[in-house]
Amino acid sequence: MTPRTFLVHGLVAGLVAGIAAFLIAYVVAEPQIDTAIALEEAASAAPAGHTHAEGTPAHSHDEEEAGHSHGQEAEVSRDTQSTWGLATGTILFGTVIGGATALAAAFALGRLGSLGARGSTATITLVGFVATALVPFLKYPSTPPAVGSGDTIGERTGLYFAFWAISLAAAVIAVVAARRLHERIGGFNAMVVAALGYLVVVLAVGLALPTVNELGAFPADTLWYFRRESLVTLAGLWAVLGVVLTGLVGRDADKALADQRRREAAAAL
Amino acid sequence: MPQATAAVPAALPQIPVSDLAPWAIFSALLAAVVLFFVGAEQGAFSVLEGTLVHEWVHDARHVMGYPCH
Ligand SMILES: [Zn+2]
Repeated sequence: MTPRTFLVHGLVAGLVAGIAAFLIAYVVAEPQIDTAIALEEAASAAPAGHTHAEGTPAHSHDEEEAGHSHGQEAEVSRDTQSTWGLATGTILFGTVIGGATALAAAFALGRLGSLGARGSTATITLVGFVATALVPFLKYPSTPPAVGSGDTIGERTGLYFAFWAISLAAAVIAVVAARRLHERIGGFNAMVVAALGYLVVVLAVGLALPTVNELGAFPADTLWYFRRESLVTLAGLWAVLGVVLTGLVGRDADKALADQRRREAAAAL
Repeated sequence: MPQATAAVPAALPQIPVSDLAPWAIFSALLAAVVLFFVGAEQGAFSVLEGTLVHEWVHDARHVMGYPCH
């Protein structure tokens, strides 16, 4: 039970979670990305005067798309983007998120009221999912290709990361505050107060920050499917991370406890 | 020992914050760099020339909820 073992467990659990997220995204989200890119192509082709036949092969994206970053230069083909590229992104993301979550769990060990190692690790992972994935998604949901103007990418990225950071900071403060309140008002009350405090902060900030809406005439069904699959992928990543990390940390804690008991028994002799 | 830990099942060790800090800083930096490259490089920011990074992580960037283009 050292910071090092937590970090290693976190990187391993995150790697597994990233692979799971790749598989989920490949199966459920890629079809929606393909649909969106086909729409994007049709839209950029229409002004040039040709109507797109259905069944446009994927590679035409690389040749015909104008004004968009993905594919125009044909540096990375769609086939690579949807397999190795997607896997690179989800696995890197999962691994570092796993490492950071594990260190938060290392801090939480023995510090969250009467929760054991498994309980505190699972709690931290759940808080991580809500604060860094679910809540940011609710304010600034993911958008499929073809949605969003290149002129506002800087602003949208800034808003996303700012809201993400505020949500994370509010969650950290809520957990620390819950620890303080725990002794005075009890575990349950402390948890409710902390959760409410977090919600008030993210709701207030969420209302204050501008809304991003650059959808135009993008079809509602594809948008909803894409966003649903995006959230499913994020939830899947965090769920796998939570289960694997909790399992690894729990096993470690059992071992540490057994060692300690043995030492105490030996000392008592 | 503060009373908060009284109910913890026998001897669940706490890791001192001073032991955690360097590891936490390391993993936070690691996360920041990777989230930047997966989430923003060659989109809102461009540390490296070209669009290769953007294109390579393109689908992950969309699915994980980052603004892409
Ligand atoms: Zn894109």
